[in-house]
Amino acid sequence: MRAPIELDVNGKRYPVQYPPGTSLLTVLRDELGLTGSKYGCGEGHCGACTVLIGGAPRRSCQVPVSAAVGKSITTIEGLEKEGLLHPVQQAFLDAGAFQCAFCTPGMIMSSVALLHAKPNPTSSEIIQFLQGNICRCGAHPRIIDAVRQAAKTMQEGRP
Amino acid sequence: MSDSTNKLFLEPERYEFHAAPIHHFELARRDFFKLLGAGIAVFAVAKNSSAMQETAPGARSFHSEELPKEITSWLHVGEDGTVTGFTGKVEIGQNIRTSLAQTIADELRVPFESVRMVTADTALTPFDAGTFGSRTTPTMTPQFRRVAAAARDLLIGVAAKEWNVAPEGLIAADAKVSDRASGRSLRYAELARGKTLAQNLPAEDPVTPAAQWKIAGKAVPKVDGRAFVTGRHQYTPDLHPAGMLYGKILRPSSFGATLLSCDDSAAKAMAGVVIVRDGDFIGAAAPTEREAQNAVVAISAQWKEVPQISNKELFTYLKEKASGSSDDRHRHQKGSVEESLATAAHRLDATYTVAYIAHAPLEPRAAVAEWTGGKLTVWTGTQRPFAVRDDLAAVFRIPESSVRVIVPDTGSAYGGKHTSDAALEAARMSRAAGHPVKIVWTREEEFTWAYFRPAGVIEVKSSLAADGKLAAWEFHNFHSGSSGIDTPYDVPNQRTEYHPVPLVLRSGSYRGLAATANHFARETHMDALARVARVDPLEFRRKNLSDPRLRAVLDAAAKSFGWDPKKEVPWGKGRGFACGNEKGSYVATCAEVAVDRISGAVRVVRLVEAFECGAIVNPDGLRNQVVGAMIQGLGGALFESIEFENGRIKNPHFANYRVPRFRDVPEIDAVLLDRKDLLSAGAGETPIMTVAPAIGNAIFDATGVRLNSLPLVPNGLRRA
Repeated sequence: MRAPIELDVNGKRYPVQYPPGTSLLTVLRDELGLTGSKYGCGEGHCGACTVLIGGAPRRSCQVPVSAAVGKSITTIEGLEKEGLLHPVQQAFLDAGAFQCAFCTPGMIMSSVALLHAKPNPTSSEIIQFLQGNICRCGAHPRIIDAVRQAAKTMQEGRP
Repeated sequence: MSDSTNKLFLEPERYEFHAAPIHHFELARRDFFKLLGAGIAVFAVAKNSSAMQETAPGARSFHSEELPKEITSWLHVGEDGTVTGFTGKVEIGQNIRTSLAQTIADELRVPFESVRMVTADTALTPFDAGTFGSRTTPTMTPQFRRVAAAARDLLIGVAAKEWNVAPEGLIAADAKVSDRASGRSLRYAELARGKTLAQNLPAEDPVTPAAQWKIAGKAVPKVDGRAFVTGRHQYTPDLHPAGMLYGKILRPSSFGATLLSCDDSAAKAMAGVVIVRDGDFIGAAAPTEREAQNAVVAISAQWKEVPQISNKELFTYLKEKASGSSDDRHRHQKGSVEESLATAAHRLDATYTVAYIAHAPLEPRAAVAEWTGGKLTVWTGTQRPFAVRDDLAAVFRIPESSVRVIVPDTGSAYGGKHTSDAALEAARMSRAAGHPVKIVWTREEEFTWAYFRPAGVIEVKSSLAADGKLAAWEFHNFHSGSSGIDTPYDVPNQRTEYHPVPLVLRSGSYRGLAATANHFARETHMDALARVARVDPLEFRRKNLSDPRLRAVLDAAAKSFGWDPKKEVPWGKGRGFACGNEKGSYVATCAEVAVDRISGAVRVVRLVEAFECGAIVNPDGLRNQVVGAMIQGLGGALFESIEFENGRIKNPHFANYRVPRFRDVPEIDAVLLDRKDLLSAGAGETPIMTVAPAIGNAIFDATGVRLNSLPLVPNGLRRA
């Protein structure tokens, strides 16, 4: 019998049937249907699966679901509020900071975490923070621009 | 190993080098309108096709119920004014969903927002050989312009009939047909209402010149961008049809290994697990991925392995196994190379090598297969949906009409998704399990069982006349390919030859394919020759180059970079240049590097690239492509290399196969030259070609060390 556990994802509580050792990414995608977080390597090296756990960026492919119990989990699906994009999402959209966009949810989640910790990061701080997120299409300069723009928007207190 | 791999899977493996079969489109005209609703439709027919001969001369309505068989694109104007363009091309991040919609909106004179594109669905879109070779823009753009122009004419014709006036006095603009004389107008939606008008026409050149484009030629944001930043877009791995099982495959222990024995009793005993065996193919399907993986692990299999070479002896092996090409297409000769090499003022020979590299698309190979009755539907990220359909039909011995392949907008490919592997695996397991099955390759599988950009050896012999002009040029490519092999420089005596070698690792297309290898060798060699001639590398090229388009990108890059031969370069820094042309577009790159003399660390500080591909359709999308290619090119230039031994990949993870990351990205400037007087060429590949030689030449400028192998500095710069 599988241990009954409960996850708090994007402000909602979900009972989870999967074994506690299963990765959070698998539970998010396969059980909760939250497929915005991507499998890119399953080894914590590409960042495509990045979610926020208690506000901190975590590679959900490396987090056993049991370790996420009782913590507030935010995925890419939880950023948009009442039809309004998060400033980081809006900045990525405005900057066209993607091509195939498979890395985009992870990039956005990492960037949200960065701006939470450092509201006005320098370019080198952005580069440092996003070093673990791979973009194979080469949208890096636009991603850096988007994060700077989002920082500006958030500092000005706009949504 | 490729032969044994083919035997192992007993499945076809085709690359773009092979001609595609002629396909028949089964959708009848009646069904077309049933599917899309009434309206006005125009179909573009391939040149020289029999269907065109039936309707020639000129465009006219076809009367039979069958659609012509060689249609390459089509367009529908619906009763609500929605315009739908259909193409077999796939969206893999190169942004064609946006650029083709721009083209249609521009030519049909409708708002951009009213156009939607249906792409890469073998049941809905016309046959297409595949999305590769930078062909989407040069082939689809003129075709959609023609069909859109014809649709516009049809709509004008309907209005003329309605008002009983001559069509010549009517104007199409803003999704309306207007009669200037009377001031009347009718919206396209009103004109299409209740109609089932169809017309086919031969694909010809565009009708509206680029200088008059209104929607095309401008930056337009990516269609459906919001779906990507919210995570709502569903890539193949995100699909989950009801009752779906997850599939995992037991891979052979090494390339070419054959199955000696297999005990799957423990796996079969697992609850909910279906074991699928078909020759050497062994897979497990289960309600969760973990259960499927556990089942595969529980299978005990013995494999017979075959000894294979490692990357250490690769280049010697390639030279040994090379065949003197008997194919004239692989050879080019002019003048007398031998005589010039023997007598010219300066002589320079060198050998260059290029390693195997992986595409490593962030979305791994994936497929979801579902059988309904005898019919098969497969969703998969591929660049060749129709080839995948044919492979599936051939393997399962069912008619092509019983197979539907749908390609959701895909998490990139770079030439790496031409084959049907995941689709065949998912379909085979789905058929055996009686449920839909999803296969998503792991990153390790992706690095191992996909295919690679071929390695190669290139030998160059050259000579210069006393006046610094190229006298002789002899260029041999072993294995990696012939694209971009011909020199664009003016050389009176030349010989180029491509020497095929049997595959060592499974190899196929890659962004730019062999053009990157050939440009690396040529442009590195040109730099070395400039040093021999004691001339600035740009001046040396100008002296030997008459192609005005190539000269234009050279000058543009030099200007934007601030290339000044007289300017002293600071200690530890260097600048390098490379240029070339391929697939109808032109590129020139200037690089600046900084080398730490103590640690040997090489940092690319700045890249400036000038690019010209005729008339620009979407400058924002183009800039994204060019900058993206430059950054991707950094990997193959500096550190990407597949290491292998005895049929195993030794670095099949992002932890030990290094791809460019944020810290690797230099200051980048892309200069786009817009030639409105020229047809639009593709831009997906050419911008990657000159990154590596420009960086290598900059490293030489900084250090005096000439690097003739890609990757240039996998472990930093260390003197031997």
